[in-house]
Amino acid sequence: MAFYRPARWQRPLALGLFIALTALPFVLEAFDQSFYIGFATRLLIFALAASSLNLVLGFGGMVSLGHAAFFGIGAYVAAICQQAGINEALLVFPAAMAVAGLFALAVGAVSLRTRGVYFIMITLAFAQMVYYLFISARAWGGDDGLPLAGRMTLAGFSLAGDNSLFFASLAALTATMLLFGRLAQARFGRTLQAIRENETRMEALGYPVFRYRLVAFALGGAVAGLAGALLANLTGLASPNLLQWMQSGTLLVMVIIGGVGSLWGGVVGAALLLGLEEVLAGLTEHWHIVLGLLLLGVVLFAPRGIATLFGRRDG
Amino acid sequence: MTQLILEQALNGLQFGLMLFLLAAGLTLVFGIMDCINLAHGSLYMVGAYFVAAATQAADSFWIGLAVGVAGAALVGLLLEVSLFRRLYRRDHLSQVLATFALILIANEAVRAIWGPAAIMLNPPEALAGPVEFSLLGDAFFYPAYRLVIIAVGLTVAALLYLLVAKSRVGMWVRAGAANREMTEALGVNVRGLFTAVFVFGAALCALAGGLLGPLLAVQVGMGESVLILAFVVIIIGGIGSIRGALVGSLVVGTVDTLGRALLPTLLRATLPADAAATLGPALASILIYLLMAGILFFKPQGLFPARA
Repeated sequence: MAFYRPARWQRPLALGLFIALTALPFVLEAFDQSFYIGFATRLLIFALAASSLNLVLGFGGMVSLGHAAFFGIGAYVAAICQQAGINEALLVFPAAMAVAGLFALAVGAVSLRTRGVYFIMITLAFAQMVYYLFISARAWGGDDGLPLAGRMTLAGFSLAGDNSLFFASLAALTATMLLFGRLAQARFGRTLQAIRENETRMEALGYPVFRYRLVAFALGGAVAGLAGALLANLTGLASPNLLQWMQSGTLLVMVIIGGVGSLWGGVVGAALLLGLEEVLAGLTEHWHIVLGLLLLGVVLFAPRGIATLFGRRDG
Repeated sequence: MTQLILEQALNGLQFGLMLFLLAAGLTLVFGIMDCINLAHGSLYMVGAYFVAAATQAADSFWIGLAVGVAGAALVGLLLEVSLFRRLYRRDHLSQVLATFALILIANEAVRAIWGPAAIMLNPPEALAGPVEFSLLGDAFFYPAYRLVIIAVGLTVAALLYLLVAKSRVGMWVRAGAANREMTEALGVNVRGLFTAVFVFGAALCALAGGLLGPLLAVQVGMGESVLILAFVVIIIGGIGSIRGALVGSLVVGTVDTLGRALLPTLLRATLPADAAATLGPALASILIYLLMAGILFFKPQGLFPARA
């Protein structure tokens, strides 16, 4: 893999997409299809979560199979804050990011000592620990998860309307993509990608390899926490299912089919996977089989992912 | 208390031996071909369903077990030839994606064929009751079927150890796990060897699934939870090492079973009741993951690393 460099037509395309998404709720209302706004919000949230994994996996080269832990922790922090009487998203969302980020920092500090398959498995083990902790914590709902009494307020405005939550998610995704796009070309992102390409050389050049990786891992965890807090608002439930390893696998699959290490990989992958689910579920009861076969097809015939079309690579 | 500990220790041994059947195939696939197989748990599930279906058709548990294991081996052969061969030279991400897709397909196929409800599988009638021992003058009861599982597990583990440690094929397998290119260069047909290992691993999965069928429900998704345990086992033991897989599965089986049985009691003795009630089950269920994280922290390659 080479360094990320945006294609010339990427900026106008992203701007066009942003404008189209801003207009989406009004278009859907005009055509009486407001039902789909919930799906669109879900898609944005998963795009955010998958993009956060893409920072860790694509730019950092760390194959984490425990990303759902940070995602789920974000959702639980939102639900627990509300239970404690804090209903302001401007407080809750940063809290979710902080808790998920700090936990990612701790997990990363231990896991990043290992390499390859061992790293995959130890991140998975940490995620399983979190899953079982929340399942057996009766104060937080145990198996059933912790429901939210209602959606939160953002700077005093209620997120109860579907459109307002959609715009909040769009804002979060936009800010994240701007940040990641900037980071990918900044010194930090360059160093991170260089470490992915040749760890030994970067170590020899005197870069603090471990620290760069750890920061990227924690940042990815924090953004996943934000996505989790948004999702809890959307579904009204912090469910232990969000913490399951199959959820980590799903996020991983999104990034892989979208394109590992290209800025838009997470977004494209989330849109593709959730869109496919939506379409296939309408066609056949056994849509998992079709989805599985399609994924196998991607592995065998389009190994570099779909979004590689979006970023120019050289070298 | 002694009875409880003895009973739980036997349960732990039985669970550990079944984990070994799963982990043995997985660790070799991992070790020799450096291939992550998330669908190993699906082979376990498919095997258990085959055994359940064949048992119902033949009206005999042992015939059903044999037919089911053979069927799962056949599925393993088809998978290896059609898909896994193409995956060995690919990166871990492709392997994760492909085998994740296999999980989706396997779960849905099983649901389509056998329905979403769990299938109950009965142990053979002769083994349905408990066996009585005399222990320091006290009577001690233990289910006969579980004893048979322990016996079968021990036998298979011993045979596998002999096969891997003493036979020529086993030598090739160990050499392949330590250094695949060198083994190939020395004229061993690693490709054919690997097909055999994969098929053998699938058969062991089905054996474990079939034997555990009467104890646990045979249902969709049964493979995923056990897959994670098998991963924990081979990471603790060291990837590619049969000896590590055996030690790892016995440790994980015993620690998990004893932890779940004894930890709540122990905590109740030392902590206030409500704290113990919350902490006990939580701590018991994450005990093996703590163990694994601890072992990896001090020995990042596991207890018995196979790769030189």
